[in-house]
Amino acid sequence: MAASSPDTAVRTGRVTRAVIYTALIVFAFYYLLPLYVMLVNSVKPLAEIQGGAMLALPQAFTLAPWQSAWSTAQIGVSPTGLSPYFINSIVMVIPAVAISTILGALNGYVLTKWRFPGSTVVFAMMLLACFIPFQIVLIPMARILGLLGLAGTTSGLVLVHVVYGLGFTTLFFRNYYEAFPTELVKAAQIDGAGFFGIFRRILLPSSGPIIVVTVIWQFTNVWNDFLFGASFSSADSQPMTVALNNLVSSSTGVKEYNVHFAGAIMAALPTLIVYIVSGRYFVRGLMAGAVKG
Amino acid sequence: MAIAADRGHVHSPERSGAMERLQGLLPKIVLAPSFAAIVVFVYGFILFTGYLSFTNSRILPNFDLVGLANYTRLFGQPNWWLALKNLAIFGSLYIVICSVIGLGLAILLDQKIRGEGLLRPIYLYPMALSFIVTGTAWKWFLDPGIGVETIVRSWGFTTFTFNWIKDSQMAIYTVVIAAVWQSSGFVMAMFLAGLRGIDNEMIKAAQIDGASNFNLYRRIIIPQLRPAFLSAFVVLAHLAIKSYDLVIALTNGGPGRATELPATFMYSYTFTRNQMGVGAASAVIMLIMIASVIIPYIYAEVRGGQSNGR
Repeated sequence: MAASSPDTAVRTGRVTRAVIYTALIVFAFYYLLPLYVMLVNSVKPLAEIQGGAMLALPQAFTLAPWQSAWSTAQIGVSPTGLSPYFINSIVMVIPAVAISTILGALNGYVLTKWRFPGSTVVFAMMLLACFIPFQIVLIPMARILGLLGLAGTTSGLVLVHVVYGLGFTTLFFRNYYEAFPTELVKAAQIDGAGFFGIFRRILLPSSGPIIVVTVIWQFTNVWNDFLFGASFSSADSQPMTVALNNLVSSSTGVKEYNVHFAGAIMAALPTLIVYIVSGRYFVRGLMAGAVKG
Repeated sequence: MAIAADRGHVHSPERSGAMERLQGLLPKIVLAPSFAAIVVFVYGFILFTGYLSFTNSRILPNFDLVGLANYTRLFGQPNWWLALKNLAIFGSLYIVICSVIGLGLAILLDQKIRGEGLLRPIYLYPMALSFIVTGTAWKWFLDPGIGVETIVRSWGFTTFTFNWIKDSQMAIYTVVIAAVWQSSGFVMAMFLAGLRGIDNEMIKAAQIDGASNFNLYRRIIIPQLRPAFLSAFVVLAHLAIKSYDLVIALTNGGPGRATELPATFMYSYTFTRNQMGVGAASAVIMLIMIASVIIPYIYAEVRGGQSNGR
């Protein structure tokens, strides 16, 4: 991807280069500033923030805000901290990502190596489904979850995330398998390998990169989702984003900014870690999802 | 996203027997659940919501048709017009500023920069965060009581005022600030990929002809970034129309209803004000807005893909 390709062949003078580096570094500070603000203020006593020293390093370092955000802060009606909601998110995200990735891989395999009349239409319909505003499905989804007995449950949220993640996971795998040599598949077929055999032994072993891209994409989207979480969860299935918003926007009592910042970092940490560990794949997923395969 | 013409797929071998027939059907059987899910949960639900928008549904769906009454009511609501106006302000500034910053950073990063490998991830990491996290960070950073205003005042500028987030005229611009922070790095990555795909021979030829760097970018390089501009526009417009989480976390639609957007309008009318018919109508309008951006784009991609022999 971008990193390995050559730069545009434009020559620049020394002064220009100094200006360029300055501008680039200024922007780096701009992007890092909110993260810095969250970090330093999450380890300060509240009084320091109220005193107007938001940009200063903590004078009295404390982990109490983290402890409070994790286990004692008031979320909604109960003083549980964010930890139960963090676990809700984990319990939701793992099956949602696994199921949508597996289905996406199989769909991509069928849509490239086992085409049938109408398969292009099927793909086009799945592709368009990626872009709908979710507001258009909120009302019927609430009804269906109720009818299925899944209203307010983590299983209900898993179902929602699988269904609305399928378009993208299918798109990713379909574009990846499109470039996979069909001759290998044909050869295996002549050797008597069946549908699943070919998938398992021929395609799957070389699917590593696209699996990583898809898992990261889905993980980030499901973890960061707020709309579905806010619409379809109950107090015991609320994901982290909804709980964080409840913590920050609760209007009762003193605003504990330091606790809010600690909670925000907790909510950000899983996706941030994924991004730091595998940023290359993260960007690839974004581009594949956004531009074209 | 090019939908390739039917080529090079495996022909189901003509063998006989139930097992073979099953093998032949297997691909369709595997695809069927996903396809059925999309048909029901996407297209079926669109029809359902579309139908509701013509009924007098209030707290629960009902099926008594009332014609266009909900649309008339929707467009008679000052709040809906406010949401549309806010979307116009937010959407256009968001798209323009993200594109300018994204293009600028991409051009600067494309000058054989030492440390590009360090800078790029710094520009991009906000995209990994939830809008709720971004909203929380900016909500307090822009809060006049503890954030920017207080900080600048503590530097000695005691009359400095920056209370946009509390000002119903200016609050929508704070949504722009936070959203640009979140997405501009990603736009940078799109433009950078575009720049790296440009053929250097043409640039070198223009340099031999004595073109200045400014003209080089204006006349040769930027015009070639058209596909990247188009993709950036589609992605950003799509994100803007869907914007919900960020507004909820940053301003919760306030102060008052000053930062209402179509998405927050839809949610509150449907689920808290018990006017489901109007909510459904607003969702249909949102779908039409997104479709009018996405469908021409996908259509062009598909057609372009085919004419390239893909």
